[in-house]
This record gives sequence, structure tokens and C-alpha cells, in this order.
Amino acid sequence: MDMALSDEQRIIIDMVRRFVREEIVPLEDNLDPDADEVSPEKLAELVGKTREMGLHGLDTPPEYGGPDIDLVTRCLIAIECSQHRAGLYAPCYNAFGGARQAQLFEATEIQKDKYLYPMLRGEKKAFFGLSEPSGGSDPGRAIQTRAVRAGDHWVLNGTKLWISGADRADYGLVFARTGGPGRGGVTAFIVETEWEGFNVRRVVHTLRSAKYATEIQLEDLRVPHENILGKEGGGFAIANDRLSRQRVPYSAECLGVAIKAHEMATEYSKIRETFGAPLSHRQGIQWMLVENEIDIRAARLLVFDAAAKADRGEPFRTESAIAKLVATENSFRVVDRSMQIHGALGVAKDMPLERWFREMRIRRIGEGPSEVQKHVIARDILNESLR
Amino acid sequence: MPVRMDKPWAPLNEDSLKIIASHLGVYQLANDAGDIVYIGVADARTLFGLKGELQKAIADPPAGASQFRVEVNMAYRTRHAELLEAYQHDHGDLPVANTDIDSRMLGRLRPAG
Repeated sequence: MDMALSDEQRIIIDMVRRFVREEIVPLEDNLDPDADEVSPEKLAELVGKTREMGLHGLDTPPEYGGPDIDLVTRCLIAIECSQHRAGLYAPCYNAFGGARQAQLFEATEIQKDKYLYPMLRGEKKAFFGLSEPSGGSDPGRAIQTRAVRAGDHWVLNGTKLWISGADRADYGLVFARTGGPGRGGVTAFIVETEWEGFNVRRVVHTLRSAKYATEIQLEDLRVPHENILGKEGGGFAIANDRLSRQRVPYSAECLGVAIKAHEMATEYSKIRETFGAPLSHRQGIQWMLVENEIDIRAARLLVFDAAAKADRGEPFRTESAIAKLVATENSFRVVDRSMQIHGALGVAKDMPLERWFREMRIRRIGEGPSEVQKHVIARDILNESLR
Repeated sequence: MPVRMDKPWAPLNEDSLKIIASHLGVYQLANDAGDIVYIGVADARTLFGLKGELQKAIADPPAGASQFRVEVNMAYRTRHAELLEAYQHDHGDLPVANTDIDSRMLGRLRPAG
């Protein structure tokens, strides 16, 4: 695999790196260590700069106004964007455009006019409502929210859990069972949050500071038939499509944080003296740094292997699962070791390591836990479908 | 943990603060009638956490605050947002002394009850 960067990729990396160091990191001096957003005015200023770079709307296809970048370059950018305190879940405070509901690119023209384009213009916010109290890793089977046809409407009842940003969204994608058990019985609906029967009941407090989760209750929520996204019974395919591709830059973000944590630990080990010598002279510390380096390099190879396969149009589901598994597990270990090297300073809120440690722990569960990734990989090795 | 804080109120004075430590968390201030006038957060930038924030409130009580209650909470940001959103749902507006909150940054919560 050729890992050499093109001239264009080098320019992009330099540009983004400078943006993070000059615009984002200094901002954090005046924010709470757990902050995940800046004022609308500051965000508009930052967005103006990413637009000037030609890099706003990173996950938007070029035909909808996004930059024409491949997944490898997208991962290179993700590695740079996450190298600040809020970088794991709020990279650059969304200055490059938030995560898009990619499924809406499959919407009808009427749906696009009403929902997709306002979202791309930043006028409306959306959420993704898949997981339920009954489970999130196997949504095809776990979904219990029911949608029952009533003339030209559907009536939805059920509960959604771990849904990020639902309290601040204008609409969202809600997956509900319209047929029998299994994947074929799930349909995706576009639901407006102002509608009677849509209730965000509570914030679900977790280790994560940014992009908090909520619990949604749907009580006789009436949704027009034309708000079905895709086909009736085609919801699982829509939900699943997003996951494989999204896992690759998701993994790259973890790498960015691991790289920064390792860099900090390396520097600290050179200046912190114990018993008359710098930490870096201690074999115990050296081995931790070596293990960090190996974890980062291994994960980086796997992330770019997955991205390159996707860019070549080859199947990459297994590679995406391996990248996600290794990048999250390795990055967590890197942050943990880096914290250990920093001693008490590492666990203080004065340092970003404390936040990265908490948020990186979630990464081993979010977007499919490590065990589910292993399940996907095993299935592909054994050439079996999930049962 | 209930969405709305339901602990008993304590008088807003130095005596009451003797049992409050410098933890991070959220707090509410109320007037004599028990109406919430301010929902605050002791975040990681505060010098002495909840104790420090309440000392400021004693020195300069906002909107006639005379009582308080606290919740030690490391998820102080999300809990603060939740309390503000729940209050906004119940009363249609933010507490009178919460002029420090940019309501554009808040979401809409419809808690049960």
C-alpha cells in the first residue's frame, strides 16, 4: 500500500493543522474543559474560514456543494481536526460542518427541498433515531417502535434511547417497525420535532461531555406517508449504509487524539525529573512510549487500508470493522498510558487527557462496540450471514 | 435521578454552606416563596466549585434569592442544560436571573409530569 501523500494532501493537512493550532486551540483557554460548542457568532466566523479553505461540509457529496475529497483525504483531515481538547466529539467545534444525515441524499426531491437543503445551508438540524432501550447493535431485530398505517398517515409509538441532539433538532430520521420481525420489517420516517406526540423526555448523562444523548418518547405521533424515506421495509438498508463508511473517519478521529496524547507524553517525559533523571531515561516509561508508537502506527495502517479500499470502490466492510476495532482499542490504551506518564497532572481537568480518556472509553462502544466489530469480521471470514 | 431537581431548599447563608464542599455540579436559587430564580453551574473554571458559586450568591443574591439546593454532578454541563430546558418547558421562559444564558444554545425538552 502506497502511504505517500500527494502534494494536494500535504497542502490540505498543513492548512487544517494551522487552523487547529491558531484558531481552535487558543479558543479553549477561555472555555470550560468540557465545552462542546462556541457561540453562533464565533462558529459563523470559523465556518467562514473553513469555507475559504474550500473544506466546509466535509461529508457532503460534491454534487450538493461539498468538497470533492476521497475517504483517505477525509481521514487525514479527521486526524488533524481532532487534535484539541474537544476534538473527539466536537472536532473544531463543527467549523467544518457537522455530521450529515447521509441517508437524506437518498430522499425524494420534495423531501430534499424540505429537509436536506435547509440542513446543508445550516438552517435546520437533524438527529438519527435508531437505537432503543432494547438495543442498538442489532437494530434490525431490536427495534420495537411500531408504525401503523392509518389512511395517508402512519401512527408511531415507542421509545428511542441514546439519540444525540434530538432536543435541538428540527427533524430527524426515526426507524420503526412496519412489518414483521427482522430487518425487512423496519421503515425509516422523517419526523418533525414540533409535531404532537414527539417528546424528548430527558438528557441521558454519560461520561461524554459533548453531543449529549437524549431519550425520545413517541406517543401516537402521526407521520404523513410521504415522509417515508426510501421504501417501506427498506429502513435497515438505509441505516446500515451509513455505518460502514462512517466508521473509517470515526476511527481516524481516535487516531488524531492518540497522536496528540502521545506527543504530549513524549514531551513531558523529557522535562519531568524524578530521582535525579528525566522520566524519559526510565525504561518503564520508554516502553510505554514504544507501545504508544506501535499502537498508533498499527491503527493508522488499518484505517488507511480501509479508506483506500473504499476509494477504489472495493468492498471494505471487513476493513472498516477492523479499523474501527483497532483504532478505538489502541487509541484508548495510548491515552491511558499518556495519562499514566503525566501522573496526577494527567487526571486533572487542567489537561485534555482527562476528557479524552472519558470520551475515548465511549468510542469502544459507539458506532458498534468492539465485540460487534469482531462479530462482523468473523462473519466475513466464515462467509456467513448474521444469525 | 429525576429530570427536575426535587431536593429540599436550604437557607442561602454562610451557616448552610458549612456542609457544602467545592465539588463541581449544579445548583438552584429560589426566593422566599420557593420560586426558582436562577439555575447555575459550578464548572471546572470555578475556583471553589459549588461552595464558591454559592458564596458569590450570598454576597450578591440574584433576584432576591434566599434559598438554594445543590447537586454534585460531574456531568455538570449536560445536567445544567437539562435543568434549564425542563424549566423552560414548565414556565415558557428561563428563570428571571438567568440572563447569562443564550437561549439559542438550548434545546427543547418535554419531560413527563
